[in-house]
Amino acid sequence: MTTLSRPIWEEEPSGIARLSRPLVLALVALAVTFPLYVVVVTSLSTTEAVTRAGGLVVVPRELTVAAYAQLLSGGVVTRALVISVLITVVGTAFSLGITVLAAYGLSRPGSLFHRPLLFVVLLTFLFGPGIIPSYLVVNALGLIDSYASLVLPTAVSAFNLIVMRSFFMGIPGELIDSARIDGAGEFAILRRIVLPLSKAVVAVVGLFYAVGYWNAFFNALLYINDNNKWPLQMVLRTYIVQAQVLPTGAGGVASGTGLGMAPAPSLAIKMAIVVIAIVPVLLVYPFIQRHFTKGVIIGAVKG
Amino acid sequence: MVLPVIVLLGVFHYVPTLGNVIAFQDYSPYVGIRGSEFVGFGNFGRLFSEPAFWQAVTNTLTITAVQLVFFFPVPIGLALLLNSVLSVRLRTLIQGVVYLPHFFSWVLVVSLFQQMIGGAGLLAQSLRANGYEAVDLMTRPDTFILLVTAQSIWKDAGWGMIVFLAALSTINPALYEAAAADGANRRRRLWHITLPGLRPVIVLLLILRLGDALTVGFEQFILQRSAVGGDAAEVLDTYVYYQGLLVGDFGYGAAAGLFKGVVGLVLVLVANRFAHLVGEQGVYSRS
Repeated sequence: MTTLSRPIWEEEPSGIARLSRPLVLALVALAVTFPLYVVVVTSLSTTEAVTRAGGLVVVPRELTVAAYAQLLSGGVVTRALVISVLITVVGTAFSLGITVLAAYGLSRPGSLFHRPLLFVVLLTFLFGPGIIPSYLVVNALGLIDSYASLVLPTAVSAFNLIVMRSFFMGIPGELIDSARIDGAGEFAILRRIVLPLSKAVVAVVGLFYAVGYWNAFFNALLYINDNNKWPLQMVLRTYIVQAQVLPTGAGGVASGTGLGMAPAPSLAIKMAIVVIAIVPVLLVYPFIQRHFTKGVIIGAVKG
Repeated sequence: MVLPVIVLLGVFHYVPTLGNVIAFQDYSPYVGIRGSEFVGFGNFGRLFSEPAFWQAVTNTLTITAVQLVFFFPVPIGLALLLNSVLSVRLRTLIQGVVYLPHFFSWVLVVSLFQQMIGGAGLLAQSLRANGYEAVDLMTRPDTFILLVTAQSIWKDAGWGMIVFLAALSTINPALYEAAAADGANRRRRLWHITLPGLRPVIVLLLILRLGDALTVGFEQFILQRSAVGGDAAEVLDTYVYYQGLLVGDFGYGAAAGLFKGVVGLVLVLVANRFAHLVGEQGVYSRS
């Protein structure tokens, strides 16, 4: 079952196609994986390996985890990592909660103000409010330099809401009506009937929110001035993209000698920051991918 | 149940939308919207006579055009290529690899590109090691537009493929068989069956992109603007950000943002009307 057979009416591929097709596919796969590979190998390299390679390391030799030990033993990156993890966990739970509630509320035609409320949600697709007025609202609410500014302004994704609503609408109304006759309230129906039937879509939407929070950079750029409150993406931008020098010692990154090993080269430390930003995405990615194959997203978007 | 979402959208979407009135004010944060003086279309007058603004508009539209030509066909090609792979396991594996970068942040994508083709990157490093002059493709204004297109392709071409794969799977295989029986070769089947089958999706996505012509992505450009310089890397969104928030000219920045919002809305509506005219479904239906 892992290979489809070629239909009998289809001609055998020509020699060029037989050669070029796997080649192109391999190049495409390599274009994605090679940069990741180099970054990981360099982050694990010793000073000698980096010096010998003249920079980034392609062929792994003399590996060490010194860079990670230094980054994770307190300081700028550790703090940013903790902030990013907390924002992602709290933000995802919050977004998912209110999205489930709203999607259920909007999935039952005939409920109070159903159409106008749906319109209010859909209209947000057509235009954005603009950067300046958004900033002024967050500022007026006193949320500048608060962690809430990293969650609240982008807590609702109308897209995710519509995806979930489409799925809920596919649940037979009879099921819900029978529960109502048995005396279940709306929250009980949602918890005992709708959610158990919708695990896949809840998982996908949750993962989308989580990846969104983890990758968020825009909100922090606009609303967080205090660099002690920076999430990881801002740290990545400052020390990698803008190539500012990472502070060492107190308040910065621990030096290797304090941990009983040789200090990692600064390039390995930089690459380790990149890897730390990638790993969570890689961890949840297989779950996201599993649900794609079920066509949850595509089906919902089409409907 | 819908209330929390409505409140959040109200506060963080609709209130700021109304807040665009400051585009018509000489806005001062000390006195707020109520205390600031209305100046009619004064901000827009300044905006339209400002060469830097038109430079940002030109850059934005050029980038959109280049992406339409170089980015847009890539997912279609990838989908056709992948669709011809017979091994299901290989197909799943490649899909898994090419979707991945979509889930990376722009900061991460720019970082990776920098490490590969930047001044201290792998390309420069190996050129130097072999006695050539090192190049830094991350800071050159003249090739910047190709750089951002390459980044977009790397990040999102695989993801863009999904919708085409879905469309390909809905084409009736009997059509191919009948065409083959009538003597149509591979190329003719592609032209007469596959591409017409993909047409509704292609038209829909083209329209969405055209409606979004003024949006090329804020993060990708704000990250690289200082390295490349404003002449090449200033787009509308970064212009709004710099003039409004960094220079502190709120009313003027909001005017630039509102210009973008209104023109963008008109573009979406026009593009959709056009889709109906040519007999496609468009983004939303007529009812």
